[in-house]
Amino acid sequence: MADIPPDSDSPAALGDFGQFGGRYVAETLMPAVEQLAREWPLAWADEAFRADYSRILSEYVGRPSPLTPAPRLAAAIGGGQIWLKREDLNHTGAHKINNCVGQVLLARRLGKTRIIAETGAGQHGVATATVCAYFGLPCVVYMGAEDVARQALNVFRMRLLGAEVRPVQAGSATLKDAINEALRDWVANVADTHYVIGSVMGPDPYPSMVRDLQRVIGDEARAQCLDRIGSLPDAVVACVGGGSNAIGIFAAFIDDPGVQLIGVEAAGEGLDGRHAATMSRGEVGVYHGMRSLVLQDDDGQLQEAHSISAGLDYPGIGPEHAYLRERGRARYLAIDDEQALAALSLLSRTEGIIPALETAHALAALESLVAELGPKAKILVNLSGRGDKDMHTVMGRLDAESLALVERARAHSSQTKLGEGTR
Amino acid sequence: MSAVQPGRIAAAFERCRGQGRAALVGYLTGFDPDHERGLASLIAACEAGVDVLELGVPFSDPTADGPEIQSAMVRALAAGATLEGVLALASAVRSRFAELPIVLFSYANPLLRACSRDAAGARGFCQRLRDLGVDALLVVDLPPEQASILRAPARAANLDWIGLCAPTSPPARLDKIVEAASGFVYAVSLTGVTGSALDANSHSLRSQLEDLRGRTQLPIAVGFGVREPSQVRALAPQVDGVVVGSALVKAGRSGPDPLASLVADLRAATSKG
Repeated sequence: MADIPPDSDSPAALGDFGQFGGRYVAETLMPAVEQLAREWPLAWADEAFRADYSRILSEYVGRPSPLTPAPRLAAAIGGGQIWLKREDLNHTGAHKINNCVGQVLLARRLGKTRIIAETGAGQHGVATATVCAYFGLPCVVYMGAEDVARQALNVFRMRLLGAEVRPVQAGSATLKDAINEALRDWVANVADTHYVIGSVMGPDPYPSMVRDLQRVIGDEARAQCLDRIGSLPDAVVACVGGGSNAIGIFAAFIDDPGVQLIGVEAAGEGLDGRHAATMSRGEVGVYHGMRSLVLQDDDGQLQEAHSISAGLDYPGIGPEHAYLRERGRARYLAIDDEQALAALSLLSRTEGIIPALETAHALAALESLVAELGPKAKILVNLSGRGDKDMHTVMGRLDAESLALVERARAHSSQTKLGEGTR
Repeated sequence: MSAVQPGRIAAAFERCRGQGRAALVGYLTGFDPDHERGLASLIAACEAGVDVLELGVPFSDPTADGPEIQSAMVRALAAGATLEGVLALASAVRSRFAELPIVLFSYANPLLRACSRDAAGARGFCQRLRDLGVDALLVVDLPPEQASILRAPARAANLDWIGLCAPTSPPARLDKIVEAASGFVYAVSLTGVTGSALDANSHSLRSQLEDLRGRTQLPIAVGFGVREPSQVRALAPQVDGVVVGSALVKAGRSGPDPLASLVADLRAATSKG
């Protein structure tokens, strides 16, 4: 099937990602989106704004986040120099808060008095609720009812932080439906409300704005690599749902041609079953305010995604990722639920770090990458979030499959000399 | 490119003007709740006095629609609705109502997908719509900046392109929208999704419509939140058409008779006098 022909009238100014990006929203929202497109570059270039952003990241979020070597993980997967960029150590436990701080600062600058957000795993919702509490702003978070059920802890955290969590029953009752509902709220309340989109998606300028705000991950990591390793890494690896932690770390390395950029998406139960592998199986479509790849049927209806990780359970992907792949600057792999669970378990045992299920997808890709790039390869992984929120899900899977998993882990340990890695 | 001859849309607004009333633009989601009953609803609404039919293409992620139309789209998709199925409905309506204008309402993706599957691309798809008896496209998530991908082939196939003006649109945008529009201009009455509560007598709506009147010669139809004859009565003197959507969808859930009865009541309220 041929892709949709490019829109010849759609200038690069509307997103700047080749045929991807754009502003595909109802007219009611266009003035607000245009205002953001006008105001964001001004805010970002304003020294006072940048100073506020940096100060809050330092004194409240806890940046810079450390770069941690993972020698025992490396030994277990056949070598390589593995370095972990520790976004899990940020306040609220993931990279999401970097973006929320910047967008809420922008909302204040624009005189908006109410904040809304969507959330999948709940990390973006918690981060938004946190920043709203910090600034004393009312906050409404839309969350698919399915996700509310599987992320009860994060729902409670948001409520404790003073946010109102509105479960969304429509459609698949997951992230894409939460985005739909947040867009409807925004349409109705656009005069006083800012919509804090949590990933590098949505209408222009969101994909660029969220990238700018997450780029701190890559800028820090690049400097840390030069300082600690004495060179740039050979590869940078990150998991991809909408794609904000990946774009955040990639952004600082895009102009370093020697550094491979590798995104890892969720293959769910396998690419022939239920999955969230937009790069592997998606086609060009227009949805959620943008033109990008999306899982859809022949009739242009969005399909329900599946991943064990709520944060990757999204049928679309940010337009810059589609563009990076089209240009050949980044490549994308797919990791299934089982592989992610095994990687979560492995990092926990080898390094004493329990990663988020999302992050575990990036970790699960390392073994094949080391085999491909060689045992001396220097690989930087974005450890995008911590796994506390996923313990309920992981416990459920271990209850059901504990014997098989433990057996596989043992076999894996002996084959790959788990005990040999030392610090 | 302009229409070679006055189309059904222009003719319908002209006819209503001659009768001293606003046109009743009626929206129904195609295939709600399935092909057969959906067709019965469409026929009932058209026979009862809808002047312009707005036929909705179900979409999985209708971000501009409120609960009533969302639910209709969910019902339709569950019943196996496809774009082809909705076009078959349009064709069936056309065979019964030769002069009735049919506006195809859709989100961009199902249409763009169909363009990409048509051997002759967007031009071929739009020509096929025209041949089936569709008169215009109304695509809610293609603002003027992004519309050319469909608007150009639609105009080439002599399909009208309905422009959507919002209460939030600044003057420069309004001019861009009406300039790109043909057929009629759709004035969104409120800042919100379809089916929200509307004060049809509000001063701000009145000035919004007056302002728009000064910007275009095209007929203006106002919609979003219009559900009762009293609202139609209040709006009719100010505009060329009044759009009713969610209320028809809701009435249609009770069957063709309640739907026809509502349409008749709304139609009776369109008089400008």
